[in-house]
Amino acid sequence: MSLLHWAVLSPFLFALIVPILYKLFRQIHTGWFVLILPILLFTYFSRFINLTKQGDIITERAAWIPSLGIHIDFYVDGLGLLFALLITGIGSLVVLYSVFYLSKEKEKLNQFYVFLLLFMGAMLGVVLSDNLIVLYSFWEFTSLSSFLLIGYWNERERSRYGAQKSLLITVLGGLSLLGGIILLSIMGNTFSIRELIAQTGELMDHSLFIPALLLVLLGAFTKSAQFPFHIWLPDAMEAPTPVSAYLHSATMVKAGIYLVARLSPVFAESGLWFWLVSITGLITLFWGSFSAIKQTDLKGILAFSTISQLGLIMSLLGLGAAALHYDSLGENIYLAATVAAVFHLINHATFKGSLFMVAGIIDHETGTRDIRKLGGLMQLMPITFTVAAIGAFSMAGLPPFNGFLSKEMFLASMVHVLELNIFNMETWGILFPVIAWVASVFTFIYSMIVVLKPFTGKLQLQLLDKKPHEAPVGMLISPVILASLVIIFGIFPNLLSSSIIEPAVASIQPSLAGPDFQVHIEFWHGFKPEFWMTVGIIAFGIILYKTFPRWQKIHQWMPERLSLNAFYDNGIRGLERSASSVMKFLMTGSIRMYLLSIFLFFILSLGFTLYWKDAFKLDTGNFAPIGLYELVLAAIIVISSIAILFARSRLTSIIILGAVGYTISLFFVLLRAPDLALTQLVIETISVSLFLLCFFHLPLMASRKEERMTFRLNNALISIGVGVIVTLIALSAHSNKLFDSISSYYLENAYKEAGGKNVVNVILVDFRGLDTMFEISVLSIAALGIFAMIKLRLTGGKDKS
Amino acid sequence: MKQNDLILQTVTKVAAFVILLFAVAIFLGGHYSPGGGFVGGLMTSAAIVLLLLAFDIKTVAGILPIDYKLMIGSGLLISSLTVAGGLFFGVPLMTHVYQYIDLPLLGHISLHTAVLFDLGVYLVVVGVTMTIIQTIGESE
Repeated sequence: MSLLHWAVLSPFLFALIVPILYKLFRQIHTGWFVLILPILLFTYFSRFINLTKQGDIITERAAWIPSLGIHIDFYVDGLGLLFALLITGIGSLVVLYSVFYLSKEKEKLNQFYVFLLLFMGAMLGVVLSDNLIVLYSFWEFTSLSSFLLIGYWNERERSRYGAQKSLLITVLGGLSLLGGIILLSIMGNTFSIRELIAQTGELMDHSLFIPALLLVLLGAFTKSAQFPFHIWLPDAMEAPTPVSAYLHSATMVKAGIYLVARLSPVFAESGLWFWLVSITGLITLFWGSFSAIKQTDLKGILAFSTISQLGLIMSLLGLGAAALHYDSLGENIYLAATVAAVFHLINHATFKGSLFMVAGIIDHETGTRDIRKLGGLMQLMPITFTVAAIGAFSMAGLPPFNGFLSKEMFLASMVHVLELNIFNMETWGILFPVIAWVASVFTFIYSMIVVLKPFTGKLQLQLLDKKPHEAPVGMLISPVILASLVIIFGIFPNLLSSSIIEPAVASIQPSLAGPDFQVHIEFWHGFKPEFWMTVGIIAFGIILYKTFPRWQKIHQWMPERLSLNAFYDNGIRGLERSASSVMKFLMTGSIRMYLLSIFLFFILSLGFTLYWKDAFKLDTGNFAPIGLYELVLAAIIVISSIAILFARSRLTSIIILGAVGYTISLFFVLLRAPDLALTQLVIETISVSLFLLCFFHLPLMASRKEERMTFRLNNALISIGVGVIVTLIALSAHSNKLFDSISSYYLENAYKEAGGKNVVNVILVDFRGLDTMFEISVLSIAALGIFAMIKLRLTGGKDKS
Repeated sequence: MKQNDLILQTVTKVAAFVILLFAVAIFLGGHYSPGGGFVGGLMTSAAIVLLLLAFDIKTVAGILPIDYKLMIGSGLLISSLTVAGGLFFGVPLMTHVYQYIDLPLLGHISLHTAVLFDLGVYLVVVGVTMTIIQTIGESE
């Protein structure tokens, strides 16, 4: 455990004490305590800047499951550091903002900050892990914690819907990612990303390479809300605004971007990767910006704009892959696409973060986010307006903001695509700049909507729930900081070039970014094609914005029932319907039916397998001699089993059943297994008394007389069938010795390795302790399930108690 | 169960104690002789069940005011912390350590982190059985 490990773990540990702080200091907003952690982490990670700048990579290892090659290896290189700084930096600002956004009287702050910290820790784990299994664990943890965050206001139906949707889609992608990881590990015989990168060339020719590539990309695309998986992101906007700002400007959705960037060295040489990543990115870019325009909810617009901007970064990463094939253009233009991707990633975090916070402020101060109701807030909220204008203009790609620079670089890369003569680009390539340009026009329009609709025009007080006024100072600090960064990065674009961008690009394309690789971003770069494209975007954007009402109907061309959302909803509904019909068929409420189907299935499946696999084998050679005691005990068991059939009352049956159990424990005594005997005795005692308790209540519940079962052929056949199958399996299990027994290993090592003489207990707590751990977890779940079923019994939707 | 069984109650008062002590002994000796958290926990539950049979649930709840659901939680917490403990010392998960020491009165005994794990198991087992029995017993 190194300091780096502690840094990643610290949010989880801190999450443990948040509820205590919340209870102890009710007068102080819990957010103030939480704020300390991301700030500390940010300063901690900033120390690495100098190291990664020189190309150093910091690695730390802690063993987790060494026998499977799974170690908690964290490493900090340019890319990981960039993300770690975003996560902790934006994280600090978001926590600061949330202190003023969430009221300490009304909200369950303890839950909120626990979820937020879990999320922060999970994100840090994703971007710093070297081991793919560890990365996957953290990856799924981000899905879970964002599910909790999105559904934070769980009394709202929309929140629950959004949370469920995001969970279903991202976990689906996560499972696919797991498949990809497993294929990768089969190919490269390692889970370590860096070791995989080292053997890139050999992996390319492997037959599993394409499946692995597809599975990994599916995971990345679902997480980063790429088309057609983007539908969860707008619904995720039901989360409190600080969460939206965090998840959707800086972290969660960028995990997919991170993954694509991180695994680029492994996959990028493949043409399929180039096509899939850049085309998906472009479609997402276009579809996101096109859909953003029809939204009326401020956060809805921002959600679709996030989708479109993620598509932009994704397409740039795809283009960057071309650099591996084609770098004879002197300046290495395709590497510039990767530079643009990294730069835009930073810029997007700053302007989108500030815009989300502005949306939150508007919501907080006016009570609505509907742009049809808002207007004329400029005079009332001058600071918020300034921040919104800076953010939106940057998003639209206007100078002198940082978005302008990265947008120009993006357009430049798209134009250079035309010079590419691989992958049939000479014919299809023209689509790249065209789609990019059209999408940028829409981007311009929705950016204008974000800033102009709420702040200019007529103020309609009667439509608003509250009388609007400027937000409190505390709430403005974070957006103002982000907006100033937008300007600073815009005017001094090379502030981050050598310290952050270069190392990050070098990690994405290690084979190309040599030691003399330098990023230099110029604010003014001459009258090049991208400049004229920007001029065109602004001109067309203004015209279209002015004439917006006239062509607004274009969105109605697409019928609602054909949309992806309808597809998702129908899918979920169909799933629920089929599940409930299966359940209605099986869950009839009659225990006899349940047992019947269980036993029938048991007999048929096992009997068939025994027959089909020809598995039955009888080998009497290994049988132990049978003594008098065993015969007596067996006779007792048989006699009492038969006696149960003729017992007159339930109580008698239970007691006789107990007799069978106690006799079995005597068998254990005879076979010198005192531990098992002891356990069996106690379990028998407890289960008998439990049965007695249950049956004591039964007549009350059923309120009918105990009826004697008459003899039924079906039942007799089934019971005999079960008995025969179990006996056959027991006999053949004893006869088939495929492996040497492991018991001698345990006997020899119990004292040597674990310092215990009772082998059974040593196995339970040491050798196979993880099994025990899961067993007690299962037991606990079962107990809580029984508790919930009995205590919270529902009858027809109403609480009976 | 509204009965009044004097003999059972009188015997139970003594027997429950004996069983409880035996359960603790079995639990502690688990690593060297038959026993351990699982059996110890079951034995303890058996003692409490005996109390429940002899008296009624209310009386026993008065004697042992324990929230068994909390017990399950704390047991799981103790066990999982023991499992995770290895991580903090740079060794794999579930690595146990032990040490023999000499104590006055008790003599030569061993201290083993496995006991902590077992303690979690013990708590979970008692919590689980008692939660089930109590909820079934309390219902109507």
